[in-house]
Amino acid sequence: MVEKDPKFKNMHGFANPARFLRLARWLMPLLLGVGLVLAFGALAWGLLMVPPDRLMGQTVRILFIHVPCAWLGMAGWSTIAVSSLVELVWRHPLAAIAARAAAVPGAVFTALCLITGSIWARPTWGTWWVWDGRLTSYLILLFLYFGYIALAGAAQRDAAAGGGASRVTAVFGMVGAINIPIINRSVVWWNSLHQPASITLGKSSIDPTFLWPLLIGALGFSCIFGGVVLARMRTLLADIQAEARLRRKAMA
Amino acid sequence: MIARLWPIFRRDLALLLRGAQGRGGAALPLLFFLAVAMLYPFAVGPDARLLSRTGAGVIWVAALLAAILPLDRLVEPDVEAGLFDQWALRGLSEEVLLMVRIVAHWISFGVPLLLAAPLAAGLLSLDGGQLAMVEWGLLLGTPGLAAIGVTIAALTAGLRAGAALGGLLAIPLTVPLLIFGAGSLQPGGEGGLGLLAACSLVALAVAPFAGAAAIRATRE
Repeated sequence: MVEKDPKFKNMHGFANPARFLRLARWLMPLLLGVGLVLAFGALAWGLLMVPPDRLMGQTVRILFIHVPCAWLGMAGWSTIAVSSLVELVWRHPLAAIAARAAAVPGAVFTALCLITGSIWARPTWGTWWVWDGRLTSYLILLFLYFGYIALAGAAQRDAAAGGGASRVTAVFGMVGAINIPIINRSVVWWNSLHQPASITLGKSSIDPTFLWPLLIGALGFSCIFGGVVLARMRTLLADIQAEARLRRKAMA
Repeated sequence: MIARLWPIFRRDLALLLRGAQGRGGAALPLLFFLAVAMLYPFAVGPDARLLSRTGAGVIWVAALLAAILPLDRLVEPDVEAGLFDQWALRGLSEEVLLMVRIVAHWISFGVPLLLAAPLAAGLLSLDGGQLAMVEWGLLLGTPGLAAIGVTIAALTAGLRAGAALGGLLAIPLTVPLLIFGAGSLQPGGEGGLGLLAACSLVALAVAPFAGAAAIRATRE
């Protein structure tokens, strides 16, 4: 049934997307290399050369990891949402693969953001965890990632066994995107309801001595994220190719 | 259109209320809801003051857990039996069918919870004012729970591991309803009811389209 469907023929055509693979072959190591150099450089700068903050003291250095992770945790789901939209509207199989590939790195960055934030909060706020809007919506993001990864895995197993249903993952990816603007606006909304101003600490004006290593670190982490997504896409494509070749051999 | 949908609505409602064709009826989540309200005093001890301070939140958690229970029977049997394909051949869109199903699910799930809440409130030593807030909150929140439930049910309908996934997918999406529903119980938290209604409306607006896309995806 799968082979007769014209859409799946198209999928097998894309399972050998020579152009993407040619691009990814040199772009992936480049992104990973540049990302590692930039990230380690920015972290060394932030850890060794930046003076302690007037209010936060030495703990300010955690933010050089925390803030890029927070951005990339949200960027990961944005990637999933945009790729899912492209998958659903234009049925582009590479978009489906990109969405699946972004899930695990996105979840890792989200978890790192929560862990580093928690370590930072212990000396600064005096507690590991507060149930405020930003933290809660970000924790929900982590659980959305878990749900997405489990759903994608189940859909993929069914597809390998001959069923369809890989596009339900894309539907969940788009439904979960509702959370992204909530995370973004949570500081504004919940301040007005109950949150004391602690979370906006130092947000309003960052001194250039802190800003530059932060921005370079964010760029480096983004390159690593892009490299990992490309690597995972190549792996997923190789899986599909191997599967298709096996099927051809079995038919011949 | 209404004339064609009315029999479908009656069928959905009868199946969801009574439970047949491999579905548990409306009694199952209801009994589960009351069982949680009964277990909680065993767990923390029968101190009436503690119960009345925390009990309303427990009712909300119980309602959320009860909403997860019927997920694998909401859509899956009809996808499995090919009913949605038959309806599609007759020119009925999945969106409209899912709207009908959300209404039927709310009547078979939300209304019994509203009726059972006073009983749970008695078990948890809530006073009249708290019970009124719980009832308002459930009235505004259960349509959203029903909509999210039908969406998740449609998403997992075509998957073999669907039943196990339902809870994991539903919990992060229902958290806002819990936050505003339980938040409206705090002193001065009446504003939470408006936000709760807003969340429900968003869920109701998104659910038919997301669920329909998921059901169409199972055909490929």
